Amino acid sequence: MPVEIDIAKVAALARIALSDEELAAYGAQLGVILEHAERVQALPTDDVEPTSHPLPLVNAFRPDEVWPSLDRDDVLSQAPDTVDGYYRVPQILDGP
Amino acid sequence: MTDLADLSIADAGRGLRDGEFTAQELLDATWRRAAVTEAHLHAYLVLDREGARRSAARADEELAAGTDRGPLHGIPVAVKDNLSTRGVETTCASQILAGYTPPYDATAVERLRDAGAVIVGKTNLDEFAMGSSTENSAYGPTRNPWDTDRVPGGSSGGSAAAVAAGSAFAALGSDTGGSIRQPAALTGLVGAKPTYGLVSRYGLVAFASSLDQIGPLARSVPDAVDVLSAIAGWDRHDATSYPGDVPEMGRSLDAGVQGVRIGVVTELMGEGIAPEVLAATASTIERLAAAGAEIVDVSMPSTEYALSAYYLIAPAECSSNLARFDGVRYGLRVDGGTVEEMMARTRAEGFGPEVIRRILLGTYALSAGYYDAFYGQAQKVRTLVRRDFAAAYEQVDVLVSPTSPTTAFRIGERSDDPIAMYYSDVCTIPSNLAGDPAVSVPVALDGTGLPIGFQVMAPQLGEEMMFRVAAEVERSAGFSFRAPLATSEVVEP
Amino acid sequence: MSVIPEGWEAVIGIETHVELQTRSKMFCGCRVDFGDEPNTAVCPVCLALPGALPVANEAAIDGIVRIGTALDCTINERSLFYRKNYFYPDLPKNYQISQYTYPVCEHGRIVVDVDGEPTVIGITRVHMEEDTGKSLHMGEGGRIQDADHTLLDFNRAGVPLVEIVTEPDIRTPDQARAYGAELQRIVRTLGVSDARLEEGSMRFDANVSVRRAGTSELGTRTEIKNVNSLRSMQRAIAFEIERQVEVLAAGGTVVQETRHWNEATGRTTAMRSKEESEDYRYFQEPDLLPLSIDERWRNRVKASMPELPAQLRARLVAAGADERTAGLLADSPLLAGLFDAAVRAGAEARTVASWLTGEVVAYARRVGASVGELHLTAEHLVELAAMVAGGELSATAAKQVLTGVLAGEGGPRQVAEAMDLLQISDSGAIEAVVADVVADHPDALEKIRSGDAKPIGFLVGQVMRATGGKADPKMVQEIIRRSAGL
Ligand SMILES: [Mg+2]
Ligand SMILES: [Zn+2]
Repeated sequence: MPVEIDIAKVAALARIALSDEELAAYGAQLGVILEHAERVQALPTDDVEPTSHPLPLVNAFRPDEVWPSLDRDDVLSQAPDTVDGYYRVPQILDGP
Repeated sequence: MTDLADLSIADAGRGLRDGEFTAQELLDATWRRAAVTEAHLHAYLVLDREGARRSAARADEELAAGTDRGPLHGIPVAVKDNLSTRGVETTCASQILAGYTPPYDATAVERLRDAGAVIVGKTNLDEFAMGSSTENSAYGPTRNPWDTDRVPGGSSGGSAAAVAAGSAFAALGSDTGGSIRQPAALTGLVGAKPTYGLVSRYGLVAFASSLDQIGPLARSVPDAVDVLSAIAGWDRHDATSYPGDVPEMGRSLDAGVQGVRIGVVTELMGEGIAPEVLAATASTIERLAAAGAEIVDVSMPSTEYALSAYYLIAPAECSSNLARFDGVRYGLRVDGGTVEEMMARTRAEGFGPEVIRRILLGTYALSAGYYDAFYGQAQKVRTLVRRDFAAAYEQVDVLVSPTSPTTAFRIGERSDDPIAMYYSDVCTIPSNLAGDPAVSVPVALDGTGLPIGFQVMAPQLGEEMMFRVAAEVERSAGFSFRAPLATSEVVEP
Repeated sequence: MSVIPEGWEAVIGIETHVELQTRSKMFCGCRVDFGDEPNTAVCPVCLALPGALPVANEAAIDGIVRIGTALDCTINERSLFYRKNYFYPDLPKNYQISQYTYPVCEHGRIVVDVDGEPTVIGITRVHMEEDTGKSLHMGEGGRIQDADHTLLDFNRAGVPLVEIVTEPDIRTPDQARAYGAELQRIVRTLGVSDARLEEGSMRFDANVSVRRAGTSELGTRTEIKNVNSLRSMQRAIAFEIERQVEVLAAGGTVVQETRHWNEATGRTTAMRSKEESEDYRYFQEPDLLPLSIDERWRNRVKASMPELPAQLRARLVAAGADERTAGLLADSPLLAGLFDAAVRAGAEARTVASWLTGEVVAYARRVGASVGELHLTAEHLVELAAMVAGGELSATAAKQVLTGVLAGEGGPRQVAEAMDLLQISDSGAIEAVVADVVADHPDALEKIRSGDAKPIGFLVGQVMRATGGKADPKMVQEIIRRSAGL
């Protein structure tokens, strides 16, 4: 059975503006993929630690040294909209 | 005389040093080949003619002056377009990065330059490396040089097509679930994914951070080893890069397999694998046995769950990694009345359907109430996969299997069936989950003349043994076929 | 200052963000510098350019271990970075690298003293994260709601940030303020941050709920943001307690929401509430390795701990300062250092403490200078105290001399001489004057001899007049008594 998901909520979380038709289509596709992915739940894993890193290493640090920063004109030249050395975006609706 | 573009890296290097030709002539041969093949293949998104010419000229000067940077000095190589290149457009085959020109080089690219390689251009890929066919490129698909109606595999399909067609001597790809090995198999190349952390990911546009690795696509095992040796090693810019010594990958290429214990993964030798692929795999194993290897059947029961775990872990990480594409600092922006609207429209328009599908899937797998059942459980299955491998490597030195369940499929054949497409990576995904190295070596052609790849897997940092076995596979297969298009159908674009 | 309405109790927890003053940012080598032109301290990592990766700054990890150690926390041997996913334009990656389960430090405490009443405030956790960039909301009125566009500066993005979360152990606005002040002192003493609220290098969010006194169930809480001084935190909490009590007393319900403190109106107002609660989709940061802070590391930090404010205050009290003065001294490392040095060199503790917290602070304030800018050394204090002890200066004159020293007029003796304030403390010289005065008033001496003490004052006055007020009155009195055979 395909998995039922609240696709509109997921799309909002992912910040992707989709039409109702698109939402329906993606919802159906995801349902089928998740039906397969759900197989992972069949395995008993009570005593199993999750793997987050393939290599069992710890403590990779950087010394507290200053590296040269990028040239501002260079980085701002890539931006869609800038003013006076700032990036500019439309007004913010929500606070975090 | 053979076309310079068809030489091995070793032969090209010898010719350069013997003064038979110059790096600029090698580059010219590469351009000529690209001029013939690109109209059919679309392997490249960008050809950096000026940058490459400068590098080739400098290589000639340095070699003439006695400065030798090693086997890649003066050799034209291509780079997958999800690797950041300073001053050269890097789009990941996505609309959302149209026009983006990075201010920095990926570490692997920097190391290629340091090794004297001549970077000819950026190759096509499935958008953000998400796919197994290079059909998911916003700039059009890449075609397989062996049959242009077919896919070259993916996501490093552009790199594979370029190297197979001779418009690069070797190329960098990235492999998250098989994206180097599967296209290598489908285009008759050697493609290696090293141990996780062996090559710095700095500058590789992240798809799934805990799985991504950069590696070479090349026309032979020694060529692949030369490229991988040039880019491997610790990098202060990547906290997950391996801080110890790089394995001596090319040391045992001539050592043969006498006494080497080779495990055959039984779960990957049956259902779902095309009969011709199975047959080619079996006869390769027979040849290894004949060369003195000890062959053992090994069961890896978690293998059948690996694909499911992968399709939760990779999308989850991708949903977070791709959050930065928001129309604020670079790339595409689609206007909106509020910043929220602007971001949501930019992302809807800038990402292709497969990318959106995976972002949504990953967002869901991480969201409140579903994390434990999906992402959390997948990370545990990953542990089980690693345990299977660990247990196997107590008995054997390497594991082998087919690389891809089938040979190259037709363009469009699997576009509407994500599950069928995802199944392309069933043999390659376990090594990514385990962080182990694996390499695909071409061993035969199927009945329609399409290449079949054979996969050799090794434990972490086991590259020396892996390439030793791969070299024997290569020798014993005597695979000397070359993609036909480049030489037979000379058409000026 | 503030009073909780009768029959009610407030439950307060505080989340504090402290920017660490490392040289470079948390995950990249960009300089940590706030005076810069916008977007000049940026690189592929802190701008989240495609392909960039974070690498943790070791000094920042050391900084959080220092804070955790100072707050009596357990420093976890194993600790993990997580990604906190949310979209906001000042957050370049659209996720913040932070911690979730397994923070660096847990289970600590701070003891604060309000009106001599010590209260233990539990520290739930102290975790490491990165700061966001700065948004400038432009448009008419300058308020967020009116802005038609926002400007972004990423110089601050990626600055190391330590978040300190308390247990809901705080009950009054005064305790909250005392907690904030003590935390600020600790962080400054550790030297890991300048902890300036006005500049945002230390930021408080307060969670406030109220309940009927004597009940133990927690009420619905609101979170107050945008307090940029200790005083405004205290005011904002007091306002919020009162508001919630009013709502509940009228039979209403408190809405769980974030409220914005408005300094000008002295009120908190609800921020635009979102339709759904946040879902941060935390997962372990795959680009960073786990932290392993082993015993050696923990011990090295312990061994390098400076004297913390509480320890310093205790020691100042032991050295002879009273509690209040000790608190004032401990607030300024410079004053405390001067006090320490002067007392160690033999100066009388109470005198020195009173000068430092009285004349010195007052003078600095008057001329608008910091204590460090004044011409004052421990040697000056020692010399001045010795002159008082030796009878050369009266307590009042000493304060005048101190002011002269602070003004840069010279050392205490030089200033005292220039001001002509030195007392005659040479007993021979005073004896001669006493002899003269007694000779002029034989009857007075007689009266004293016969048991009438009254004329002693008269004779002292005569001597003081004869010496132009420079004789040490105590010594004069003594010599007169001796002359009268008492
Ligand atoms: Mg925080
Ligand atoms: Zn930076």
